[in-house]
Amino acid sequence: MYEFNYHRPGSVDEAVGLISEDAKILAGGQSLLPTMKLRLAQPSDMIDLAGIPGLSDISVDGSTVTIGATATHASVAASSAVAGAIPALAKLASGIGDAQVRNMGTMGGSVANADPAADYPAALVGLGATVHTNSRTVAADDFFTGIFETDLAENEIVTKVSFPVPQAAAYVKFANPASRYAIVGVFVAKTADGVRVAVTGAGGSVFRASDMEAALNGNFSASSLDGIAVASDDLNSDLHASADYRAHLVSVMAKRAVQAAGG
Amino acid sequence: MTSETGVGASVKRKEDKRFLTGKGRYLDDINRPGQAYGAFLRSPHAFAKIKSIDTAAASAAPGVVAIYTGADVAADGVGGLICGWAITSKDGEPHKAPAHPAIAVDTVRHVGDQVAFVIADTLAQAKDAAELIEVDYEEMTPVVDGAAAVAAGAPQVHDDVPGNLCYDWELGDQAAVDAAFASAAHVTTLDIYNNRLVPNAMEPRAAIGDYDSGNDEILLYTTSQNPHVARLVLSAFVGIAPEHKLRVIAPDVGGGFGSKIFIYAEETICAWAAKKLDRAVKWTAERSESFLSDAHGRDHHTTAELAMDANGKFLGLRVNTIANMGAYLSTFATSVPSYLYATLLAGQYTTPAIYANVKAVFTNTAPVDAYRGAGRPEATYVVERIVERAARDLGISPVELRKRNFIAPDAYPYETPVIMTYDSGNYPLNLDTALKLIDYDGFAARRAESESRGKKRGIGLSSFIEACGIAPSAAVGSLGAGVGLWESAQVRFNPTGGVTVFTGSHSHGQGHETTFAQLISEHLGVPIENVEVSHGDTGKVPFGMGTYGSRSLAVGGSAIMRAVDKIVEKGKKVAAHLMEASAEDIEHANGVFKVAGTDKQVTMAEVAFAAYVPHNYPPDLEPGMDETAFYDPTNFTFPAGTHIAEVEVDPDTGAVEVVDWAASDDFGNVINPMIVEGQIHGGVAQGIGQALLENAVYDPDTGQLLSGSYMDYTMPRADDLPSFKIETTNTPCPGNPLGVKGCGEAGAIAAPAALMNAITDAIGVEIDMPATREKVWRAAQSAQQAAE
Ligand SMILES: Cc1cc2nc3c(=O)[nH]c(=O)nc-3n(C[C@H](O)[C@H](O)[C@H](O)COP(=O)(O)OP(=O)(O)OC[C@H]3O[C@@H](n4cnc5c(N)ncnc54)[C@H](O)[C@@H]3O)c2cc1C
Repeated sequence: MYEFNYHRPGSVDEAVGLISEDAKILAGGQSLLPTMKLRLAQPSDMIDLAGIPGLSDISVDGSTVTIGATATHASVAASSAVAGAIPALAKLASGIGDAQVRNMGTMGGSVANADPAADYPAALVGLGATVHTNSRTVAADDFFTGIFETDLAENEIVTKVSFPVPQAAAYVKFANPASRYAIVGVFVAKTADGVRVAVTGAGGSVFRASDMEAALNGNFSASSLDGIAVASDDLNSDLHASADYRAHLVSVMAKRAVQAAGG
Repeated sequence: MTSETGVGASVKRKEDKRFLTGKGRYLDDINRPGQAYGAFLRSPHAFAKIKSIDTAAASAAPGVVAIYTGADVAADGVGGLICGWAITSKDGEPHKAPAHPAIAVDTVRHVGDQVAFVIADTLAQAKDAAELIEVDYEEMTPVVDGAAAVAAGAPQVHDDVPGNLCYDWELGDQAAVDAAFASAAHVTTLDIYNNRLVPNAMEPRAAIGDYDSGNDEILLYTTSQNPHVARLVLSAFVGIAPEHKLRVIAPDVGGGFGSKIFIYAEETICAWAAKKLDRAVKWTAERSESFLSDAHGRDHHTTAELAMDANGKFLGLRVNTIANMGAYLSTFATSVPSYLYATLLAGQYTTPAIYANVKAVFTNTAPVDAYRGAGRPEATYVVERIVERAARDLGISPVELRKRNFIAPDAYPYETPVIMTYDSGNYPLNLDTALKLIDYDGFAARRAESESRGKKRGIGLSSFIEACGIAPSAAVGSLGAGVGLWESAQVRFNPTGGVTVFTGSHSHGQGHETTFAQLISEHLGVPIENVEVSHGDTGKVPFGMGTYGSRSLAVGGSAIMRAVDKIVEKGKKVAAHLMEASAEDIEHANGVFKVAGTDKQVTMAEVAFAAYVPHNYPPDLEPGMDETAFYDPTNFTFPAGTHIAEVEVDPDTGAVEVVDWAASDDFGNVINPMIVEGQIHGGVAQGIGQALLENAVYDPDTGQLLSGSYMDYTMPRADDLPSFKIETTNTPCPGNPLGVKGCGEAGAIAAPAALMNAITDAIGVEIDMPATREKVWRAAQSAQQAAE
């Protein structure tokens, strides 16, 4: 690790004010610190969000679950309010990495990092969530733009994410056996505006499987997905899974998710 | 009768209090006064010429104490690393051992090869400075696969090793095997790859070199399984210091699995640099470095053919193996795919004719050497997979085929056609015991139940054998070993009756501090809490050969028993004097000396006290109660058993769940059943890891290690494993005083074949390890299509 200046701002505004070209926001550190230890990242300044009051709040009202940027995966997994409103979201959080990772990793960090194999992006897109920053709100569909790329500007900090409560939802992940990130993860939600199917792990960024959504809008049952597959052309291929295999897994996981969501 | 702390008791491990409360002293917990820190600059390329190294900017960086390159090391007369086992090719030529400098001189030959060593006041400064070193490389095309390395036109890893061939070695009677095949009713063939593994000990390798200029003595702390062997090699071959001026301490060591047997560049350089600088120098591997620089395991391409008569009786076995040695020869690399491998190809069977040809080859990868089992897992894997395939080919049940070919329980000593003499065993008993444990007869019903849930169930056997207690010196010497493989022990009574056992074995997870103390408790009647086991320090313990090849109890424990015999012999003389009897009339049992036929007795504690306070003492006897013994056995030991795996495969994803595991192992006498069970659990977990999850993968074009971190290299975890059903049987080993055989590697040897055979049974096609989910899914798909 290289030397850096450490800051612990007391408010979001103060944090935004500290952002400079080579500065990095620090949340749970689960993605950032390993890259620094490997000397792949060399931030001049670290702006730790841990001291900002209220930023880790989790709240649920009738139709919306709101999760603060520094809420840990463990706190989301353990929240009975979340489990009551969107059980699939609590379950997803409980399946991220391992206990240590869940105790440190945060919603904001995961979303801002936009790892192609991360779990939360599937929930955000699958549920049609809204990302709140210090300056605006962005629809999840527009937020994730590529491999480790988001719509966030340099001086923008994610403050919270709000999720509309669906009629039914489920997330099924086929985990990388080593890292336990998603090789393929499929989030299926039945919402007032129709069915949403979001796929993570398979491509460069989370995406919606529109053919599957159409079929499920017709009939919300696993058998509606028979014969429907995503194209493998743009899917990831690595040591653990070829693009073909990933395409196959998307169908399998989607069916399992539909079943788990009562379809 | 078993006492609570004697032989046969599951005594809780004495060392665990220290380990579980964070009081273990691993290498990185140790610091020396004024210590500096070292960091290695490692090659980013698999194969490149070093055109120049510019250390000017790095030398000027803050805190830098020294920077050493290969040229500096060579200029100082430091020898290269050695390979300690000489193999002779079939044409009579000695194996090729190209130069293995501790720091590369003009060529780097694998990613992670040492290029420079930077020493600074802090570790961060050393790493910062290492980045300032400018190396001008001329990249060359690497070769990483063993089979590719022997193909015509392959890149040459070493100029002085034509065709990358380290040796082309054979064992067995080729003509007899050819004749067997000519008369065979059926021949089964098999083409398999035994995957490459990264050892992944929990504690990474580390070293501290320190120098005492007053006494001109080097002190080396290192993560070693055999500190005396390290001292010997560093002294006699590398030339670091004479043995009496080099003290090596291997403190608490967090796992080895073979990888810490070897003498590595890093510890060599720390010892050398400490003297040069007159300052302690510490180096601790980061996990990424461990992946790149620890000696890896296995990596065999093998073609095997089994000839049988019409009844499935094995007539002959022919095996051709290409063994990947990596870029350089590690300390015992050459012995692993030769004498530790082909000598076990008879397995548990009466196959009368066996011929093996092994080509050991160099590639641009990390060196490969012994890894839990070392050669013997490779042998069992070949034998047990081809037996399974033969059973399928012939339509005979795999249980029946094995039984038809087992060596009979009354056939010992049994000489195999590959130079081993098995001393004892009962193979059918182990098989039957394991079948019962897993309820083999109920399998069909369980399979039907799985099918009703859309799952495919399979069951697979592995009847393994190993040669353990690696020794005897004369035998290994005749096969090329550069060292003797005996063991030493010293049993020292203190005046007040407590005992310290000094052993040449080294414990890095095996529980010696408990098992060895049980021997003393049992045989000398000393309460176990009054026994201390000391190991790992060449300044304290007699010269010892260390721990590997499941040898510590069979060889090291036997040495302790020899020392115990000497204690008893001397104790009898003291007791006789104390009781005014003649020594011939003294009987000893469990630390009590009695005059035969009377009720007169004295205890070991009283005898020991008299030996140290010899006021009333035999006039011609030395005082003191402190005996040293060396033990060199006459044969290997031959643990054997049957493991059975049961799996359930999800045909939609290819995911394999290991749903049940049964093992019946014959380890001879068992001193501590709980520790033995732990060794089986760990070994099976490692074997399951190899079969299902672990894989060291090098990119064939760039030579980069693609699975170089835990993000991609999959270690087995608790939730990958079933609960194990374990039993032991016992045909005591006739070759050592304890009747023990060794259990440390059995699980890792037995497990891979059992699991792969179970997967084959489930999906109907054979695949190579590791049985990743995609591979299983594709195979299941193709089997399905073939069936339709
Ligand atoms: C071993 C391991 C296994 C894992 N397994 C999984 C898994 O199975 N599934 C999964 O989804 N994830 C997994 N993760 C990732 C983990 O869950 C974290 O979510 C992730 O590392 C990022 O969260 P963090 O809070 O640690 O962010 P940090 O590492 O602190 O930051 C990550 C990036 O986001 C930026 N950032 C952080 N917070 C904000 C913010 N509020 N606004 C703007 N930018 C911000 C940082 O500057 C940095 O660039 C794993 C991680 C590890 C180490």
